[in-house]
Amino acid sequence: MAVIPWKPPAQMDYITKDNPRLDGPAKVTGRAKYAYDAIASKCLVGRMITCPYPNAKAVRIDTSEAEKLPGVKAILVEEGKVCRLAGEFVGAVAAVSADIADDAVRLIRIEWERYPFVTREEDAVQPNAPQVHAGNERPNVRVNDPDGEGDVEAAFQQADAIYEGTLSTQVQTHTCLEPHGTTAVWDENLEHLTVWASTQAVFGVRNDLAEFFGLEPHQVEVITEYMGGGFGSKLGGGYIERMAARLAREARQPVKLLLTREQEQTNSGNRPSARARVRAGATKDGKLIAFEAETSGTGGFAGGSGFPLPYIYSVPNWRRQHTDVYINAGNARAMRAPGHPQGSFIMEAVMDELAYRLGMDPIEFRIQNDPNETRRRQFRELAKRLDWDRLWKPGPDEGFPLKRGMGVGAAVWGGGGHGSNAEVEIHPDGSVVVRCGTQDIGTGTRTVVGVVAAEQTGLSPEAITVQIGHSTYPQSGSSGGSTTCAGVAPAVKVATDNALWELFLKVAPVLEASPEELEAADGTVRVKGDPSRALSWKEACAVLGQESVVGRGRNDRSLSSSGTAGVCGVDLEVDVETGRIHLRRIVSIQECGLVVNKLTTESQMIGGVIQGISYALFEDRIMDRMLGHQINPNLEFYKLAGPADMPEIVPIVWMEPESLARGVIGMGEPPVIPVAAAIGNAVRNAIGVRVNSLPITPRKVLAALGTEV
Amino acid sequence: MKEEKSDVRPESLSGEESPGDRFEISRRGFLKGLGGTAVAAAVFPKAAVSQEGTLRGVSVGSVTLRVNGQTHVIPRVEARTTLLDVLRNRLDLTGAKPICERASCGGCTVLLDGKAVYSCSILAMDAEGREITTVEGLASNGRLHPVQEAFVEHDALQCGFCTPGFVVAAVAFLQENPNPTLEEVKQGVSGNLCRCGTYTRIFEAVLAAAEKMRKGA
Ligand code: FES
Ligand code: FES
Repeated sequence: MAVIPWKPPAQMDYITKDNPRLDGPAKVTGRAKYAYDAIASKCLVGRMITCPYPNAKAVRIDTSEAEKLPGVKAILVEEGKVCRLAGEFVGAVAAVSADIADDAVRLIRIEWERYPFVTREEDAVQPNAPQVHAGNERPNVRVNDPDGEGDVEAAFQQADAIYEGTLSTQVQTHTCLEPHGTTAVWDENLEHLTVWASTQAVFGVRNDLAEFFGLEPHQVEVITEYMGGGFGSKLGGGYIERMAARLAREARQPVKLLLTREQEQTNSGNRPSARARVRAGATKDGKLIAFEAETSGTGGFAGGSGFPLPYIYSVPNWRRQHTDVYINAGNARAMRAPGHPQGSFIMEAVMDELAYRLGMDPIEFRIQNDPNETRRRQFRELAKRLDWDRLWKPGPDEGFPLKRGMGVGAAVWGGGGHGSNAEVEIHPDGSVVVRCGTQDIGTGTRTVVGVVAAEQTGLSPEAITVQIGHSTYPQSGSSGGSTTCAGVAPAVKVATDNALWELFLKVAPVLEASPEELEAADGTVRVKGDPSRALSWKEACAVLGQESVVGRGRNDRSLSSSGTAGVCGVDLEVDVETGRIHLRRIVSIQECGLVVNKLTTESQMIGGVIQGISYALFEDRIMDRMLGHQINPNLEFYKLAGPADMPEIVPIVWMEPESLARGVIGMGEPPVIPVAAAIGNAVRNAIGVRVNSLPITPRKVLAALGTEV
Repeated sequence: MKEEKSDVRPESLSGEESPGDRFEISRRGFLKGLGGTAVAAAVFPKAAVSQEGTLRGVSVGSVTLRVNGQTHVIPRVEARTTLLDVLRNRLDLTGAKPICERASCGGCTVLLDGKAVYSCSILAMDAEGREITTVEGLASNGRLHPVQEAFVEHDALQCGFCTPGFVVAAVAFLQENPNPTLEEVKQGVSGNLCRCGTYTRIFEAVLAAAEKMRKGA
């Protein structure tokens, strides 16, 4: 059957509308079972053993004391393992309780061969710095190939305004509230492994475990009904899942293994730092013509630190050279819009500084240099929503001690759909079951599945039984890159349409029509254009007798698209006596093609804004230079924005007809991108001087004010 | 009230190798060590086995907890075991979450005699004789509590991991302040953290729930 296009948005009952989450009741009552909850009382507790030194090798291991401890059921330690950060995993234990598992870890004696280490970028690049990967050839610094186009030197000659400066961003950790973790259960013959995993990739974990244990994929079952946040750090099967399964095999009992908060903070991924020495030039008529940047960043002991520059703006002449620096600290992983918030913070600062030097309105200057038509229109809408024309002044604000300021930033993202399959069953009793092996990482994917099936069948989303998060369901991609919605929604639509077709074939004779003439709408199956010839949904399904019908579908590119635009604006006050920032209002505008669920789309935007606030003002992984440990691997000193830090947040989903007509596009990531940039610019606007690095703490604000006088 | 024994751990975990059989030391000695003889009787009303042990002062005994209106006698609970641990790993009440396990995130919030507390930072034995309500105990007869209802309607949750803690905190807050301003709500739920970024939706939900409850929903 050929793929049928989406119906026009005006005729939709659920898509583009507000639909409460289908799993909301399970989540608010505590019924939702996460990886560590699944069989909580019926398993052993696993605990990771970690390396206490930032650069060391486990040369001798004595587990005899731990083995003697009653209640300890399995100990696995990797002799010879080389660790490049304080907190690296070297093994794990399983015991009858968490307390006893902790006791066992303390009783394990490991003799370490220690190497010199380095935990600061500025130290790591020195000619005789300790080598991060001591004992092999890998250097601390990787210089990437230069990038660029045009004649930068000549362009700077033409520039009427030039900005030069150094801007930087910190290392941010994902800080998932549900630490990485797994519950693993083997069958008696060790031929079948069931795993409840906190993952963004059900099939990724399955494949990894099958390969690791030499099993066929069907012998490993991965379940992720619910998971407590990943933000990119839970994209693959790895050490934790394998370790839980190994412990369970060793102990011959189910094991749940959850990282401690400290382990989660030190060793489960981060957004790399970024640093840029930039120079940029523009002409009087508001054209950005020259840009050059020397950049660097660290992704810890492994992982790159790349980020996009000159980001979204067109510059005919630019040059950029990036260097990755390695240090003895936790390694980078993809984190919500990898690279983009860093690039945005740097580039939007450049744009504002040039606008100030040209005496131009920063929004006007952006509109002149942004190649994207949608974003140019979004900037105009943003100005309206912020009352920009009336409120924005070049600054600094005259007020004392509170100075008010405004700033903006913008984002781009892909969001095209991944490969996804779905299956829809319509039963004679009228029940509808949709199965898709995707996972809901908090974005509302389960509800998306229900909403799409409801839209196609004419039933309500609550009437649809949605089954996701299981590796025995039809294969679907991992939830990364904002690819899930645009992969899953089309697959479910096609599967539902195919199931309906099977139903129509059976029902058509009863309604004395051809199957092509039928439609499912308003809880009925009826002849198009003749509502009098109709059966209720239940009556229609009863025609099936004993035989359910099944439809299968996969993502079809005609139903989705990629490439989205978004902008963000901030209105705030800075207290120049204390250095504190009081956020007043943040407006976020985001395009995402055909909006499947407006309510949860707005929630994603609000979430992006809040994470952006947290990144801009609070979060910072701090490493001790002398001991090589992370100083703040907890939630007291690794600060997340809290309820009291919240401004009014206004999410505006871009619902222009041309955008809705593009098909589904993912948008989970982009709303976080421009927030720190816009906050940085608003602070500069308020106080007349720029805080050049994130997070923008009161101390830095006061220091910046000090440099002004 | 009917007393029920509900040690849900399977044989293999509570069988002969269980810590309970080997770690017993004199409770009295242990508590004396803590300077707590006066409370000993209250904490362990039925003094059980008393036998000198050796291991780091660990003491084990049964604990009786009133949770969501039901009485549970939980055998072999170590003195150092937290309420959160017992709720989750002995009673399978997994709504309260282990997130920071040191009183800084609110993910493990439960009501103790009606007041919101961090169950990760309370010993199970200290919760004896108190009325404990977990998120699982808020809905009655299959009907969501108005706070729960408002959380769903206002989409005040994403991954949902922090949600039980916020729901319980909000219920306790509204009991103290049934007619709060937005500013008061912000302060009222400030003992909790969310990583997905749901705060402003939570404020809306709490304000809406307050209104519902005032109208007697
Ligand atoms: S887990 Fe108890 S406060 Fe964080
Ligand atoms: S909803 Fe995910 S942490 Fe709050």
